[in-house]
Amino acid sequence: MIRTRGLAHAYPGTERRRYPDVDVRQGGTLLVRGRSGSGKSTWLALIAGLRGAAEGDLFVAGLQIGTQRGAEIDAWRARCIGFLPQKLHLSSALNVADNLALSYFAAGRPRDDAAIAQALARVGVAELAARRPHQLSGGQAQRVALARAVLLQPELLLADEPTASLDDEAAASALALLQDSAAACGATLVIATHDPRVLQALPGAAVLDLNQIGLQANVDKRQKL
Amino acid sequence: MKQIAYLARLSWHYLWSRPLAAVLNLLLLTLGLAAITLVLLVAAQLDRAFERNLGGIDLVVGAKGSPLQLILSGVFHIDVPTGNIALHEVQALEQHPLVAQVIPLSLGDSYRGYRIVGTTPGYAAHYGAVLAHGRAWQAPMEAVLGAEAARGMARPGHEGAALLGAAFVGSHGLGGGGHAHGEHPYTVAGVLAPCACVLDRLILTSTESVWQVHEHATADDEEDLAILRQEREVTVALLRYRTPLAAVTLPRHINAGTALQAAAPAIEVTRLLRLLGVGADVLRAFGGVLLAVAALSVFIALWNAVRERRADIAMLRMLGAPPGRVAGLLLCEALWLALLASALGLLLGHGLAEVLGRVLLAQGLLPVSGWLWLPAEAGVPLLAMGVAALAALLPALQAYRTDVADLLSHT
Repeated sequence: MIRTRGLAHAYPGTERRRYPDVDVRQGGTLLVRGRSGSGKSTWLALIAGLRGAAEGDLFVAGLQIGTQRGAEIDAWRARCIGFLPQKLHLSSALNVADNLALSYFAAGRPRDDAAIAQALARVGVAELAARRPHQLSGGQAQRVALARAVLLQPELLLADEPTASLDDEAAASALALLQDSAAACGATLVIATHDPRVLQALPGAAVLDLNQIGLQANVDKRQKL
Repeated sequence: MKQIAYLARLSWHYLWSRPLAAVLNLLLLTLGLAAITLVLLVAAQLDRAFERNLGGIDLVVGAKGSPLQLILSGVFHIDVPTGNIALHEVQALEQHPLVAQVIPLSLGDSYRGYRIVGTTPGYAAHYGAVLAHGRAWQAPMEAVLGAEAARGMARPGHEGAALLGAAFVGSHGLGGGGHAHGEHPYTVAGVLAPCACVLDRLILTSTESVWQVHEHATADDEEDLAILRQEREVTVALLRYRTPLAAVTLPRHINAGTALQAAAPAIEVTRLLRLLGVGADVLRAFGGVLLAVAALSVFIALWNAVRERRADIAMLRMLGAPPGRVAGLLLCEALWLALLASALGLLLGHGLAEVLGRVLLAQGLLPVSGWLWLPAEAGVPLLAMGVAALAALLPALQAYRTDVADLLSHT
């Protein structure tokens, strides 16, 4: 579940950027569209509790973000947010299973090898548990990263450009797997993308289009000049 | 507890994900710690040896020459004597009211590099030496072997008590290879238990034995022998004062009023230790420099690791790890290095001390062993941990401050 009201954010020394209100129910899907510089990364950072909002209200996975101390928000993120980064960021020092186990370490929970094996099996890469990340193909690595993201049954799954540099077939299967994984743990799925194929593949999803406000900001600036 | 175990495991993986840097840093830290361990061991054992060998000897009297040489030859038996002194002068010293005890030593012969010392029973008693086998000498040409000398002289299968009754022939000179006094063999009467003092490396006999050997070796006829008997000599005399006040007058009295030289071991050894101390300081400084280089190297390696693993670290933070846990991971990596280097450094330091000890022993010098653990060595792991923690401080801080949101921007 995500609900924002009058959300705005400003970097030091820059203009305040306002974001449209968003309402996504628990288990729903949201596409965040925007070119680089459109504020997409900042919006995701706000949702994940990595940055503080300048004004407005923000509810994510049952929590009003912005009133907690650092440690609380870290613990909340470990519990409620699954994240699939664009560059995957699997640690090359560890094998696949140990990479997944990092989630337990980060959350301060005991390692559960059965759950790791199950998560890998669910995305179809159970046999890769002992491999190193550099021994994986791009597709396999993404599946491993997805398994890591859903390992702790998050309430919100954030995927950053999951179809970038994939061909049509691979992009379609990646999206399907993403949806399945989110559905399996009842998570709200947020996909940040500028890929039109994603929009076509998920016709029922809510859309937050940040290109529009980017443009508006540009217009505002011009008027000032 | 489980978290710490996992932290240790994870940092272990991260450490060995860069094997070359890990090995290099390990090597540097190990060498630095080994040098420091070696200095600790050798300095402590030298101090102990000096203290043990000098204990209770207030003054060493011998022929004129270098006072340091007199001490080294007369007390530690590692230098040649300055010459001989007349027996009657030593006997005169014995009557002196300020002197409590005089132990005469006659040097000149050796067997397989072990010095044969003609003396009185008071010499062994002074060091509190006890017999392991046999008995003390009772007649001329009976000898008591020091523990180390006995080990060096024993044939395989004939150690300890089996040596008793064996005969050996001393050779002229202290280094071995001199003229053999073939017509005057010694008989082993006893073997001393190890006393961790200079006696271990000596062969003790009565003063008369040494006289007997040399008088017969140099005298041509009976008349000669009679003259030699009147001019009997000893090499050095070890003195114990009756009162501390003797230190003020007695050395001056001997040096100015007689043909003898008196040297106070306390003064000469202080001078010697000052010379040796420079060597120890150089080695210690060398160890310090190695450690500093190691610290710098660990720092650079960790700093680069943080840069390389910035994404890994940010990902950990994204997964919900608090900054302290991420910084702890880096600190733990440095502590692993410190732990491994401490173990290796201590082993290497002891190994080097043992090798050095064998070399010194082969030259008949002071005994140094690697099989000795000092309480001060507990400081070595602490030092290593301190150095590692210091080196990890900035990188850990860098990791602590990693901005997670960077993961989201696609630059």
